[in-house]
Amino acid sequence: MSAQRWTISTVRAALVAKKISARELTRDFYARIDQRNPELNAFLALSPDRAYAQADRIDAAIASGDALPSLAGMPLAVKDTISTHGIPTTCGSRILEGYKPPYDATAVARLEQAGAIVLGKTNCDEFAMGSSTENSAYGPVRNPVAIGRVPGGSSGGSAAAIAADLAVVALGTDTGGSIRQPGSFCGVAALNPTYGRVSRYGLIAYASSLDRIGPLARKVRDAAAVMSVIAGRDPRDSTSAAAPVPDYAAALDRPLPGIRIGIPDDYFAEGIDPEVRQKVEAGIRLLEKLGCRRVSIRMPHTEYAIAAYYIIATAEASSNLARYDGVRFGPRVPGATLIEMYQKTRGRGFGNEVKRRIVLGTYVLSAGYYDAYYLQGQKVRSLIARDFREAFEKVDAIITPTSPVPAFRLGERTQNPLQMYLADIYTVTGSLAGVPGISVPTGKTSEGLPVGLQIYGPAFGEDRVLQLAHAFEQAGGADL
Amino acid sequence: MKISREDVLKVAALANLELSDAEVETYRGQLDDILTYIDKLNQIDTSGIEPMTHVVAASAEGSTLRDDVVVRSHVIGEVLRGAPDPAPPYFRVPRVIEK
Repeated sequence: MSAQRWTISTVRAALVAKKISARELTRDFYARIDQRNPELNAFLALSPDRAYAQADRIDAAIASGDALPSLAGMPLAVKDTISTHGIPTTCGSRILEGYKPPYDATAVARLEQAGAIVLGKTNCDEFAMGSSTENSAYGPVRNPVAIGRVPGGSSGGSAAAIAADLAVVALGTDTGGSIRQPGSFCGVAALNPTYGRVSRYGLIAYASSLDRIGPLARKVRDAAAVMSVIAGRDPRDSTSAAAPVPDYAAALDRPLPGIRIGIPDDYFAEGIDPEVRQKVEAGIRLLEKLGCRRVSIRMPHTEYAIAAYYIIATAEASSNLARYDGVRFGPRVPGATLIEMYQKTRGRGFGNEVKRRIVLGTYVLSAGYYDAYYLQGQKVRSLIARDFREAFEKVDAIITPTSPVPAFRLGERTQNPLQMYLADIYTVTGSLAGVPGISVPTGKTSEGLPVGLQIYGPAFGEDRVLQLAHAFEQAGGADL
Repeated sequence: MKISREDVLKVAALANLELSDAEVETYRGQLDDILTYIDKLNQIDTSGIEPMTHVVAASAEGSTLRDDVVVRSHVIGEVLRGAPDPAPPYFRVPRVIEK
């Protein structure tokens, strides 16, 4: 039983046929976590009381013949930047050590209402700042596919949990690539929805104009099923969109022929690993074979995306992270005065990458620099969003690599932050534009490292993005 | 050099962030690299371009405002239990007003 790879539909079938109870399934997943987590460090906290209580509700519903909700019994992992009532939520930071949120994020509440079983919280780069999960205050996560390598980040714990079959679906959060890039490094499907498609209520803010919640799963169909539950207007998030939520599962099997896929030449310029390029090009040929029509497009402002992103994201972070001051949550470092208490608590509570970004973000917002950096960054963001809008007048989807490199070794890139930032190039563009993007596996390198193919769609075009990703997966994209 | 040691100290003070001497030196060098890189944005002519302040247009699909209605959340006890130095119904902090 332990080796079995579950999906939402096999879980449901097994529960309905009474081959396994939800409680037994939950126990099986906790046994897997006990076995693998000491090595992987994918989970920071487990929530067995809550999980078994939910499992018992599902089992009671089955026993009494009640209709089962859409995700009944689905084992779920939740990134530690997402609030869970009563379950420790640290954002991978010392400054939130011991913090238990007094409420659930809307995405978690909706999934639980749909029958999901919350197993626990997954490790991540501190406050989602990083691309390797090496910035967690609680130690790095290891990539289950290649144990000496990083799982990507910042949702590295969620991606590793899925790749190691420690959950069926995981929630991640994405600000500049933090769902998609770990999805690509660990070889799983990873969707960053349109900004505003999924409520951010309960998502602990890093950069509010960029932050999003989305699913990671072994199968695209499972990511689609979860999207159908978490998407939609939430009165508690004023930026959540009222646009109707399509039936994502029904969209998966629509015919592909005639779909125009745009290939931005600008994305295949310098800096891309030759094996990554080769696998992504093989992926594009597979999509053509499936009936998609290849169109060459230009995204002329791509080369400015990293600079604009790191101005906007750090500026917003410097403001959002002002709330961690030793007064309302987390540990406090005493000081003679209030200011000294703030300074010491923050100086010791935050790790290196977070402090670096707070300093940068405060600098670009400070008097005399605001116009040159922040305002210019926002104008360039407009130009990048325009690149996408103009491209989507000609094509239905845009295909790119997810990351220019496959998973790198632990410690290999920690010394040079700028080099680490530059590898976010293919994901930050879509983050700035607000459009949906999914990463799906497109073969492996000669060393067996997964490569990710990214599919961008227009705003609120998750159905199209999921449809292409599903067809790609079903046609054997992962084995190219 | 884009950013000096004094700039880092000034910004850290604005952000209420205590940094060690070693941190100040490390961040200064790294931020210098990053700011030099970011300067490439000045190569683009953005005259006439509006800054992007909202991601989702305030339209039928976009954000909407709700009525400002008080809703009780009943979490005060739980919130205070998570605080480092609670004095219900308050958070206690070091003295800020002289006797």
